[in-house]
Amino acid sequence: MKPPPFEYLRAGSVEEALEALDGETKVLAGGQSLLPLLNYRLARPARLVDVDRLEELAGIDVEDGVRVGALTRHAAVERDEQLAGPWQALRVAAAHVGHYPIRTRGTFGGSIAHADPAAELCLAALTFDADVVVRSRTGTRRIAAADFFAGPFATALADDELVTEIVFPAGATASVFEELAPRTGDFALASVCVVQTARGVAIGLGSVGPTPLRARSAEEARASGEPVSSVARAAAQDCDPTSDSHATAEYRRALVATLVERALLRLEATA
Amino acid sequence: MSEPHRRIDLVLNGERRECDVPVRASLADLVRSLGATGTRVGCEHGVCGTCTVLLDGEPVRGCLVLAVQAEGRAVTTIEGLAEGDDLHPVQRAFVEHRALQCGFCTPGFVLLAASLLDREPAASEERIVEVMSSNLCRCTGYAPILAAVRAAQAERA
Ligand SMILES: Cc1cc2nc3c(=O)[nH]c(=O)nc-3n(C[C@H](O)[C@H](O)[C@H](O)COP(=O)(O)OP(=O)(O)OC[C@H]3O[C@@H](n4cnc5c(N)ncnc54)[C@H](O)[C@@H]3O)c2cc1C
Ligand code: FES
Ligand code: FES
Repeated sequence: MKPPPFEYLRAGSVEEALEALDGETKVLAGGQSLLPLLNYRLARPARLVDVDRLEELAGIDVEDGVRVGALTRHAAVERDEQLAGPWQALRVAAAHVGHYPIRTRGTFGGSIAHADPAAELCLAALTFDADVVVRSRTGTRRIAAADFFAGPFATALADDELVTEIVFPAGATASVFEELAPRTGDFALASVCVVQTARGVAIGLGSVGPTPLRARSAEEARASGEPVSSVARAAAQDCDPTSDSHATAEYRRALVATLVERALLRLEATA
Repeated sequence: MSEPHRRIDLVLNGERRECDVPVRASLADLVRSLGATGTRVGCEHGVCGTCTVLLDGEPVRGCLVLAVQAEGRAVTTIEGLAEGDDLHPVQRAFVEHRALQCGFCTPGFVLLAASLLDREPAASEERIVEVMSSNLCRCTGYAPILAAVRAAQAERA
């Protein structure tokens, strides 16, 4: 047994989970990020409140926009045929999360709450201008993804709040997700999400900053009709990658340009 | 802090089992303590897949599920695949294609392949490669493992 000792409570309802949440307690959803942290003893919560069985929080609802319940597994997003077409990038993003046996457990809300700068679903939420819906004992808040991600593994979520769903607004007409990872299942060296709406093309970048980010000058270049190659070059300047054992900052920047170019060409082909 | 425990029951390889587990024990720890020691523990942080077991038929990392989270659910380990002396078709294919050398990774790979072929009998070559890349083998290389999975798929068809 690797984790430090903790108390364990299985929540039978959202209300029960909310009742239990405080600064000493961590939510356990799919466990695919939290349990490795516990095994490394990088986290030492006094108590876990297990929301794994809250079926009321699982499911995907496609109408004008898309609502994804916090407990929806990555594998369910990846498999959902309703998400073909304008929402395709969501499926592709989910399919890029780790390996299949991790996606059968890992949840959308867990990924959003964990806020890994390389997380595909955080990037998708930001690029689609999604809202994160969170609940506490005292009420419900709806936080724009742009305001939700505060830094690496840091969010606007308070200790007593539970993510309940992620709401993707209507308006997307096509979307593409591209990434490069050293091996299938690894975290991406860089990832790109592009979403076409009537207002233009949203371009989001992952793994190249403290949070997923929007390539604003690239979006403007695109809006003013610049060719794909110069939009891609602009995107490379919109990010702030760091060097680590996997790749240098220069490599990641060059990769962003390549992935943006590829994504935009594919977007044109699908739109 | 005294060690918090919880009484749970689950179905392990078709048999109902009742046990008292420390709440921080992983599902891999639990099945091993119940005698299903074919489940290996490698990295314990989700990377290698050698701890793969099936939870209600879906492959999961046994090191990244708490034992208490398996309460009331069906768990299949490598011990649950063969029927008496009759090996599961995936097990047979692994033998025939020499898809193992030291064997440490084998239970995880066999369960992963068996669940894939159960759920997606028509899985494409690309899908088979993608799913089998979930686990690490440091001995044989993947070619014989993939050959075994393809053979087991062909046998079912
Ligand atoms: C080998 C491996 C490879 C991986 N590769 C990738 C990858 O390429 N890309 C990627 O994005 N992820 C990757 N992951 C992580 C995986 O996606 C997780 O599923 C995800 O990050 C967290 O989801 P979870 O449901 O497992 O959350 P948990 O591990 O249960 O929780 C994670 C954190 O979020 C909190 N939390 C969970 N749910 C909620 C909620 N509803 N409300 C409030 N707080 C909540 C928890 O308290 C905890 O702090 C990988 C994991 C492994 C083990
Ligand atoms: S021991 Fe579970 S993935 Fe390595
Ligand atoms: S056979 Fe030795 S690790 Fe796979």
